[in-house]
Amino acid sequence: MTRPSTDPTAAAQGAMSQVLTFVIGDVTYGIDIPCVQEIRGWTAVTRLPQSPADILGVLNLRGAIVPVLDLRLKFGSSNVQYTPVTVIVVVSVMSATGPREFGMVVDGVSDVIDIAAQDVKPAPDLGNAASAACIRGLATIGGRMVVLLDVNLLLGKESAAAGPEADRAA
Amino acid sequence: MTIDLTQFHDAFFDESFEALDSMESTLLKLDTGSPDSESINTIFRVAHSIKGGAATFGFGEITSFTHSLETLLDELRGNRIAISPQICDLLLKSVDVLRAMLAATKAKQPIDAQGVADLQFDIELVIVHREGASAAAPLAANSSAASDLAAVAAAGAEQPGRLVEWQIDLRPGPQFFERGTDPVRIFRELAVLGNLMVTAHLDALPPCQDMEPGRCYLSWSLSLVSDAPEAAIREIFEWVNADCELTFRASQSSLPMPAVRVPAAVVTLPAPAAPLPAGDAAQPVPVAQSSSAMDSGSIRVGVEKIDELINTVGELVITHAMLSQISRGISGPGTEGLRTAIQQLERNMRQLQESVMRVRMLPISAVFSRFPRMVRDLGQRLEKQVDLKITGETTELDKTVLEKIGDPLVHLVRNCIDHGIESAAVRAATGKNIAGTIHMNASHRGGSICIEVSDDGGGLDCERIVAKARAAGLVGADDNLSREEIQELIFLPGFSTAEITTDVSGRGVGMDVVRRNVSDLGGKIEVQSERGRGSQFLITLPLTLAIVDGLSVAVGDQTYILPMMSTIESLRLSPTQVTTIADGREVFAFRDDYLPIIRLYRFFGLTPRARALHDGLVVVVEGAGRRVGLFVDDLLGQQQVVIKSLETNYGHVAGIAAATILGDGSVALILDVPDLIRSASRREAA
Repeated sequence: MTRPSTDPTAAAQGAMSQVLTFVIGDVTYGIDIPCVQEIRGWTAVTRLPQSPADILGVLNLRGAIVPVLDLRLKFGSSNVQYTPVTVIVVVSVMSATGPREFGMVVDGVSDVIDIAAQDVKPAPDLGNAASAACIRGLATIGGRMVVLLDVNLLLGKESAAAGPEADRAA
Repeated sequence: MTIDLTQFHDAFFDESFEALDSMESTLLKLDTGSPDSESINTIFRVAHSIKGGAATFGFGEITSFTHSLETLLDELRGNRIAISPQICDLLLKSVDVLRAMLAATKAKQPIDAQGVADLQFDIELVIVHREGASAAAPLAANSSAASDLAAVAAAGAEQPGRLVEWQIDLRPGPQFFERGTDPVRIFRELAVLGNLMVTAHLDALPPCQDMEPGRCYLSWSLSLVSDAPEAAIREIFEWVNADCELTFRASQSSLPMPAVRVPAAVVTLPAPAAPLPAGDAAQPVPVAQSSSAMDSGSIRVGVEKIDELINTVGELVITHAMLSQISRGISGPGTEGLRTAIQQLERNMRQLQESVMRVRMLPISAVFSRFPRMVRDLGQRLEKQVDLKITGETTELDKTVLEKIGDPLVHLVRNCIDHGIESAAVRAATGKNIAGTIHMNASHRGGSICIEVSDDGGGLDCERIVAKARAAGLVGADDNLSREEIQELIFLPGFSTAEITTDVSGRGVGMDVVRRNVSDLGGKIEVQSERGRGSQFLITLPLTLAIVDGLSVAVGDQTYILPMMSTIESLRLSPTQVTTIADGREVFAFRDDYLPIIRLYRFFGLTPRARALHDGLVVVVEGAGRRVGLFVDDLLGQQQVVIKSLETNYGHVAGIAAATILGDGSVALILDVPDLIRSASRREAA
């Protein structure tokens, strides 16, 4: 797990954070780098019965059983295909019961960018869209809008219980 | 040099708890009519080593309480107080109080001082009673702290009221301080026994520049006027006498302050000396010697270390499965050698796995040992005579299973005493032995553990059960039930034993809780009962929770694992064997029963390869007290799989117990058969 450079002065101002960006459809999303465990290619998953439609199943991540969430289904993307270039971003979040890992299927990973805290704008009211609840803010980098997600809120209520401070801790 | 004593606390607590267990079991075995001295010595040793440890670590309350207890035990040992059932009760209560004190101290919680003081007072009372009036007077006059039990205790032991002046020379060895001995503590304890004067000899002190700070250069002369017996005084030095030279001289006098000092006897004590009572000789080594069963060079290891080892072995099992799968897919020169090597690896791995699993195995006596006490207490409270027979207590099972099986067993045994065993009058009227018998037995059967709890009481009253079940709407008014089916009813939720049985406490625990606990452990429970002859509960449990013997089945493109313990047999049905009853539910005849069919692909929402029943297979499984046929595409084989939690990263899924990793690295789900049957029937009902 890579950590952002922890320059004490920068940290004190809360100025910069590193964000992994990925695309789903036409939209670029970003998540905080510290919670990213690994990025892996698509492998078939084992289906979980009676699970929500966007939970594809579980896969074996070096001996641990990790659920895989299709972020494209969750955000209502129309074009959902599983090809060898489909990517799973494995993230780790803190929950009340300890760290939890899960995989997120996205169309492709783009970049790692630095975002200054003052560049993050609150998201406008998006109503009840599934994605709206997980958005931490919006930022514009090089003329491109990035939707910053709070991964703690992606996998349902239990993982959100620990609160958004978990991903800022690093 | 300071030693951080807290690092030894855990060991002290562990050893003390074990010692208390052995004290309790010895007490329960003690025949109050003709007590054997070895048992009393064992109990004495336990109290003594706890006292010693507690004093070393500065747990004052425990030291004080064990001191009183020890005094009482010393009286018993000297046959000055006879062992009666009342004394036995007192000692058992002391075990409880000590256990609570230790637990509280360990958790850094306050000790229930009132409870301790009450019991200590009772103990004191017994001791004082035996001393009689003659001893009481000088005792009160003499001891500086009459309320202090140590004084009361010591005073009564040998020659009450006879004052002796002791001249004690204490010449410590150079390592005296390094061993953590504090002479002031010894002096303080002595001062409790009587009038003490201490003179320190400083003549051996070297000049400052030559002094080693950790070394002891001092020696002391003590003068103690006390009516305490010699053994009580010597005992205070017990923890130090290996490190120092100790000289005792006694001069007897009837005067409070002796005028003439006559050296009567000089005894030099090198290490554990001869005149000590037999029981004292073994004391400096606490538990190891008091329970000879467990002294064969064992070490204490943290459970997490063992679990880590088991996890690694689990990974190894998976890696091996991968290797052998790969080796089957390749050909060419050298593959024969590779396969042989993999087979060799498998043998070694199985061996390793078994050994590692055995590390986690503990004898079930750890659980069984609490029952003699419970049966005794409960029998007394309900005024029933109950004998407990325990067999197979050396049977070993996984520590986790062991920890979780205790409560269900307590419920079972409690129910047996409460509702199973009849009152003495009823038993006498039916020509039974007045004392009821509860038999607990544990044994290995194949890859599982069987625990039986049986009683020779009244048995289950089928008519009452049916009546109750009808009233509660659990069975239809005209359902014709076999005896087995009726007996199964007691495991249904909402079927409280408190309501079906008439007499006594009515504080029954729902048998459904027992069944759920057992099935949470991957086990099952059955009951057999005969009216008037008693009941037998049979619990079958897997040996371990880390690995399960499973049958892998294919449904569509998925592989599922069925725990072998839940499966009965698999069969291919011909269309004529299956009857479709109302709402499209399918049943088939199996042995003497009609079993419903659960089509797994439907339950899991998959696309199967076989839709017609005769194209696939039906696996008869058992869970939640019911049998059903699971319809699957195919059987893939039987294998041991490592259990991986789904809940670490996800959560509970209905009908799924856990997951595992197959030889090709993919994940397969392990079915939770009882849960599956329950959810399937709920879904059909909906």
